[in-house]
Amino acid sequence: MVNQFLPPLAGGLLIGLSAVLLLLLVGRIAGISGIAWNAVSGAADNGWRWLFLLGLIGGGAIYHWISGTPAPAPNPAGWPLAAAAGLAVGIGVRIGNGCTSGHGVCGLGLLSLRSLAATAAFMTTGVLTVFVMRHVLGGGA
Amino acid sequence: MKALAALICGLMFGAGLALSGMTDTAKVLGFLDLFGDWVPDLAFVMGGAVAVTTVTFTLVLRRQTPVFAQTFSLPQTQAIDGRLMTGAALFGLGWGLYGYCPGPGLTALIYGHTGTLAFVVSMFAGMWLAARWQQGRSS
Repeated sequence: MVNQFLPPLAGGLLIGLSAVLLLLLVGRIAGISGIAWNAVSGAADNGWRWLFLLGLIGGGAIYHWISGTPAPAPNPAGWPLAAAAGLAVGIGVRIGNGCTSGHGVCGLGLLSLRSLAATAAFMTTGVLTVFVMRHVLGGGA
Repeated sequence: MKALAALICGLMFGAGLALSGMTDTAKVLGFLDLFGDWVPDLAFVMGGAVAVTTVTFTLVLRRQTPVFAQTFSLPQTQAIDGRLMTGAALFGLGWGLYGYCPGPGLTALIYGHTGTLAFVVSMFAGMWLAARWQQGRSS
């Protein structure tokens, strides 16, 4: 039982450490949605953003390569649902100025009430959406 | 040095996401399935990460400046308004539909799954739409 929680905890600590180092060294909040949007929309002083994103993708690859852990199974839901979900996520994170990393990991670290409210909101609708998909509609992912 | 630091932070973040199970939509959806067969594992991801940031952020911010940059760039907005709540709620809906938030979606691109690619392309399209809409409102 303990073992099962060790990788998530270690992963969480690593994510937290990354966020702290980014703040200490670069002076920036590790909010992935903001970093990704500013990178593609051509904000000023963008080099660090592209390198962070390169690391974000490469870090996962390195983890699987070193640990020999196989890639997780693809989500059985088809690409139309994936596209619909992506659209909602993309619009939502821009309007709400952040996602799990910016509001959750970093915003809570800054003891921001705004981020706490946002985190409570997206956790609630996330849980509700899964409830509806799995237990009301009975289909979905 | 700033660029190198950003790259290393990104690598740690991506490795953390893959190690934690956040790039596995089955685990994420299982975690969000609070009223079904709940999989509690991923609570430790957020718990671990937030434990680190709450303890260390205040210590870091006692410094005048970051190590490799001129200033700390921190969010200035504090309002808890309809816009924030609508956006966060919509984001949660998308998260619960497929199981990815932005970071894990990007990291999971390396698995080469078609659905992930559709998710990420669509996510950027959504960001673009929202940015256009917000520009239209402010001008």
